[in-house]
Amino acid sequence: MKLLYFAWLRQKIGKAEESLEVPSHVKEVGQLLDWLESLGPNYATALKERRAVKVAVNQDYVGLDHPVKAGDEVALFPPVTGG
Amino acid sequence: MIRVQRGDFDIGAELERLAAGSHQVGGIASFIGLVRDIAPAESGGGSGAASAMTLEHYPGMTEKRLQEIEAEANRRWQLEASLIIHRYGRLEPGDRIVLVATASRHREAALEACAFLIDWLKTEAPFWKLEESAEGARWVEARASDDARKAAWKK
Repeated sequence: MKLLYFAWLRQKIGKAEESLEVPSHVKEVGQLLDWLESLGPNYATALKERRAVKVAVNQDYVGLDHPVKAGDEVALFPPVTGG
Repeated sequence: MIRVQRGDFDIGAELERLAAGSHQVGGIASFIGLVRDIAPAESGGGSGAASAMTLEHYPGMTEKRLQEIEAEANRRWQLEASLIIHRYGRLEPGDRIVLVATASRHREAALEACAFLIDWLKTEAPFWKLEESAEGARWVEARASDDARKAAWKK
Protein backbone atom coordinates (compact mmCIF):
# COMPACT_ATOMS: atom_id res chain seq x y z
CA MET A 1 0.00 0.00 0.00
CA LYS A 2 1.31 3.45 -0.90
CA LEU A 3 0.94 6.03 1.85
CA LEU A 4 1.23 9.78 1.20
CA TYR A 5 1.43 12.50 3.87
CA PHE A 6 0.93 16.23 3.36
CA ALA A 7 1.41 19.51 5.24
CA TRP A 8 1.87 19.10 9.03
CA LEU A 9 1.13 15.38 8.86
CA ARG A 10 4.16 15.03 6.57
CA GLN A 11 6.29 17.07 8.97
CA LYS A 12 5.18 15.19 12.10
CA ILE A 13 5.57 11.74 10.53
CA GLY A 14 8.86 12.83 9.00
CA LYS A 15 8.38 11.64 5.43
CA ALA A 16 6.27 12.47 2.40
CA GLU A 17 5.50 8.92 1.29
CA GLU A 18 6.25 5.27 1.90
CA SER A 19 5.18 1.80 0.81
CA LEU A 20 3.96 -0.41 3.64
CA GLU A 21 2.93 -4.06 3.96
CA VAL A 22 -0.28 -3.67 5.91
CA PRO A 23 -1.40 -6.61 8.12
CA SER A 24 -4.39 -8.59 6.90
CA HIS A 25 -6.71 -7.48 9.74
CA VAL A 26 -6.57 -3.89 8.42
CA LYS A 27 -9.58 -3.67 6.12
CA GLU A 28 -10.89 -0.13 6.63
CA VAL A 29 -9.45 3.38 6.85
CA GLY A 30 -10.09 3.62 10.61
CA GLN A 31 -8.22 0.35 11.22
CA LEU A 32 -5.37 1.61 9.04
CA LEU A 33 -5.04 4.77 11.16
CA ASP A 34 -5.06 2.67 14.36
CA TRP A 35 -2.30 0.45 12.96
CA LEU A 36 -0.21 3.40 11.75
CA GLU A 37 -0.38 4.90 15.25
CA SER A 38 1.32 1.77 16.57
CA LEU A 39 4.32 2.22 14.26
CA GLY A 40 6.00 4.87 16.42
CA PRO A 41 5.65 8.07 18.44
CA ASN A 42 5.89 10.23 15.31
CA TYR A 43 2.83 8.50 13.83
CA ALA A 44 0.99 8.55 17.16
CA THR A 45 1.57 12.31 17.51
CA ALA A 46 0.55 13.05 13.93
CA LEU A 47 -2.64 11.00 14.13
CA LYS A 48 -3.64 11.90 17.69
CA GLU A 49 -6.25 14.45 16.67
CA ARG A 50 -8.33 12.27 14.37
CA ARG A 51 -10.84 14.97 13.47
CA ALA A 52 -8.02 16.96 11.86
CA VAL A 53 -6.96 14.05 9.64
CA LYS A 54 -8.59 13.83 6.21
CA VAL A 55 -8.18 10.69 4.13
CA ALA A 56 -8.20 10.09 0.39
CA VAL A 57 -8.09 6.60 -1.11
CA ASN A 58 -6.99 6.54 -4.74
CA GLN A 59 -7.44 10.35 -4.80
CA ASP A 60 -11.07 10.39 -3.60
CA TYR A 61 -12.14 11.69 -0.18
CA VAL A 62 -13.38 8.83 2.01
CA GLY A 63 -14.68 8.19 5.51
CA LEU A 64 -13.23 5.99 8.25
CA ASP A 65 -15.31 2.97 7.21
CA HIS A 66 -14.06 2.99 3.60
CA PRO A 67 -12.27 -0.26 2.63
CA VAL A 68 -8.52 -0.30 1.97
CA LYS A 69 -6.47 -3.01 0.27
CA ALA A 70 -2.96 -3.70 -1.01
CA GLY A 71 -2.19 -1.56 -4.04
CA ASP A 72 -4.29 1.40 -2.88
CA GLU A 73 -2.86 4.91 -2.74
CA VAL A 74 -3.87 6.31 0.65
CA ALA A 75 -3.21 9.97 1.44
CA LEU A 76 -3.48 11.55 4.91
CA PHE A 77 -3.65 15.33 5.28
CA PRO A 78 -5.17 18.17 7.31
CA PRO A 79 -8.26 20.10 6.11
CA VAL A 80 -7.40 21.90 2.88
CA THR A 81 -6.64 25.64 2.74
CA GLY A 82 -6.21 26.56 -0.93
CA GLY A 83 -7.82 29.31 -2.94
CA MET B 1 -10.00 24.07 -18.44
CA ILE B 2 -7.89 23.67 -15.33
CA ARG B 3 -4.19 24.32 -14.75
CA VAL B 4 -2.01 23.75 -11.70
CA GLN B 5 1.31 25.51 -12.07
CA ARG B 6 4.22 27.06 -10.22
CA GLY B 7 4.49 30.12 -12.48
CA ASP B 8 2.41 33.27 -12.65
CA PHE B 9 -0.40 33.88 -15.15
CA ASP B 10 -1.44 36.88 -17.25
CA ILE B 11 -5.00 37.81 -16.27
CA GLY B 12 -5.70 39.84 -19.41
CA ALA B 13 -4.45 37.15 -21.76
CA GLU B 14 -6.34 34.40 -19.92
CA LEU B 15 -9.66 36.29 -19.96
CA GLU B 16 -9.25 37.20 -23.62
CA ARG B 17 -8.58 33.57 -24.51
CA LEU B 18 -11.70 32.48 -22.63
CA ALA B 19 -14.01 34.28 -25.05
CA ALA B 20 -11.85 33.96 -28.17
CA GLY B 21 -13.48 32.17 -31.05
CA SER B 22 -16.97 32.28 -29.59
CA HIS B 23 -19.48 35.00 -30.28
CA GLN B 24 -21.93 33.33 -27.91
CA VAL B 25 -20.19 34.82 -24.87
CA GLY B 26 -22.03 37.83 -23.47
CA GLY B 27 -20.07 38.20 -20.26
CA ILE B 28 -17.07 36.96 -18.30
CA ALA B 29 -16.87 36.80 -14.50
CA SER B 30 -13.58 36.33 -12.69
CA PHE B 31 -12.11 35.89 -9.22
CA ILE B 32 -8.42 36.45 -8.53
CA GLY B 33 -6.96 35.39 -5.19
CA LEU B 34 -3.82 37.18 -3.94
CA VAL B 35 -1.35 36.63 -1.13
CA ARG B 36 -1.96 39.33 1.48
CA ASP B 37 -0.16 40.38 4.62
CA ILE B 38 -1.72 38.59 7.55
CA ALA B 39 -2.91 40.79 10.39
CA PRO B 40 -1.42 39.80 13.77
CA ALA B 41 -4.80 38.96 15.32
CA GLU B 42 -5.59 36.66 12.42
CA SER B 43 -2.34 34.77 12.64
CA GLY B 44 -2.96 33.76 16.23
CA GLY B 45 -1.45 36.57 18.25
CA GLY B 46 1.91 36.90 16.52
CA SER B 47 3.23 40.38 15.92
CA GLY B 48 4.78 40.12 12.48
CA ALA B 49 3.02 40.16 9.14
CA ALA B 50 3.50 37.17 6.87
CA SER B 51 6.56 37.62 4.73
CA ALA B 52 5.79 34.74 2.38
CA MET B 53 3.60 31.73 1.87
CA THR B 54 4.29 28.29 0.46
CA LEU B 55 1.48 26.36 -1.14
CA GLU B 56 1.79 22.58 -1.03
CA HIS B 57 -0.55 20.36 -3.04
CA TYR B 58 -1.28 16.74 -3.91
CA PRO B 59 -0.29 16.31 -7.55
CA GLY B 60 -2.81 14.15 -9.35
CA MET B 61 -5.63 14.53 -6.85
CA THR B 62 -5.53 18.32 -7.22
CA GLU B 63 -6.14 18.12 -10.96
CA LYS B 64 -8.80 15.45 -10.49
CA ARG B 65 -10.74 17.47 -7.91
CA LEU B 66 -10.52 20.70 -9.92
CA GLN B 67 -11.83 18.91 -13.00
CA GLU B 68 -14.74 17.51 -10.98
CA ILE B 69 -15.56 20.92 -9.51
CA GLU B 70 -15.46 22.48 -12.97
CA ALA B 71 -17.69 19.73 -14.35
CA GLU B 72 -20.17 20.32 -11.50
CA ALA B 73 -20.32 24.06 -12.32
CA ASN B 74 -21.00 23.19 -15.96
CA ARG B 75 -23.82 20.87 -14.89
CA ARG B 76 -25.44 23.59 -12.79
CA TRP B 77 -25.04 26.55 -15.13
CA GLN B 78 -24.95 26.98 -18.88
CA LEU B 79 -21.40 28.18 -19.41
CA GLU B 80 -19.69 28.87 -22.72
CA ALA B 81 -16.25 28.44 -21.09
CA SER B 82 -14.60 28.11 -17.70
CA LEU B 83 -11.07 28.27 -16.36
CA ILE B 84 -9.34 27.51 -13.06
CA ILE B 85 -5.62 28.26 -12.63
CA HIS B 86 -4.09 27.55 -9.22
CA ARG B 87 -0.45 28.11 -8.33
CA TYR B 88 1.76 26.23 -5.87
CA GLY B 89 5.20 26.84 -4.42
CA ARG B 90 6.54 29.90 -2.62
CA LEU B 91 4.60 33.15 -3.08
CA GLU B 92 5.00 36.63 -1.61
CA PRO B 93 2.43 39.27 -0.60
CA GLY B 94 0.79 40.70 -3.71
CA ASP B 95 1.43 37.56 -5.77
CA ARG B 96 -1.49 35.94 -7.56
CA ILE B 97 -2.56 32.53 -6.18
CA VAL B 98 -5.66 31.57 -8.12
CA LEU B 99 -7.77 32.65 -11.10
CA VAL B 100 -11.32 31.44 -11.60
CA ALA B 101 -13.12 32.69 -14.70
CA THR B 102 -16.44 31.80 -16.29
CA ALA B 103 -18.03 32.93 -19.54
CA SER B 104 -21.71 32.71 -20.41
CA ARG B 105 -24.36 34.22 -22.65
CA HIS B 106 -25.92 36.19 -19.79
CA ARG B 107 -24.22 37.51 -16.68
CA GLU B 108 -26.15 35.54 -14.06
CA ALA B 109 -24.67 32.15 -14.97
CA ALA B 110 -21.10 33.49 -15.15
CA LEU B 111 -21.32 35.38 -11.84
CA GLU B 112 -22.96 32.55 -9.90
CA ALA B 113 -20.72 29.83 -11.33
CA CYS B 114 -17.60 31.87 -10.56
CA ALA B 115 -18.61 32.24 -6.90
CA PHE B 116 -19.52 28.54 -6.74
CA LEU B 117 -16.14 27.50 -8.17
CA ILE B 118 -14.03 29.47 -5.70
CA ASP B 119 -16.20 28.39 -2.74
CA TRP B 120 -15.94 24.70 -3.66
CA LEU B 121 -12.28 24.92 -4.59
CA LYS B 122 -11.44 26.26 -1.13
CA THR B 123 -12.85 23.21 0.65
CA GLU B 124 -12.26 20.47 -1.96
CA ALA B 125 -8.93 21.05 -3.73
CA PRO B 126 -5.98 19.54 -1.81
CA PHE B 127 -3.81 22.61 -1.22
CA TRP B 128 -2.23 23.67 2.07
CA LYS B 129 -0.78 27.07 2.93
CA LEU B 130 2.33 27.44 5.06
CA GLU B 131 2.80 31.05 6.21
CA GLU B 132 6.23 32.35 7.07
CA SER B 133 6.70 35.36 9.34
CA ALA B 134 9.30 36.72 11.72
CA GLU B 135 8.08 34.23 14.35
CA GLY B 136 8.54 31.23 12.11
CA ALA B 137 6.32 29.12 9.89
CA ARG B 138 2.78 27.96 10.62
CA TRP B 139 0.18 26.01 8.67
CA VAL B 140 -2.96 28.00 7.93
CA GLU B 141 -6.02 26.44 9.56
CA ALA B 142 -9.20 25.71 7.64
CA ARG B 143 -12.11 28.07 8.41
CA ALA B 144 -15.56 26.87 9.39
CA SER B 145 -16.98 29.79 7.40
CA ASP B 146 -15.52 28.27 4.21
CA ASP B 147 -17.34 24.99 4.89
CA ALA B 148 -20.55 26.94 5.48
CA ARG B 149 -20.16 28.78 2.17
CA LYS B 150 -19.66 25.49 0.35
CA ALA B 151 -22.65 23.92 2.08
CA ALA B 152 -24.84 26.84 1.03
CA TRP B 153 -24.43 25.76 -2.60
CA LYS B 154 -25.83 22.28 -1.95
CA LYS B 155 -29.03 21.72 -3.85
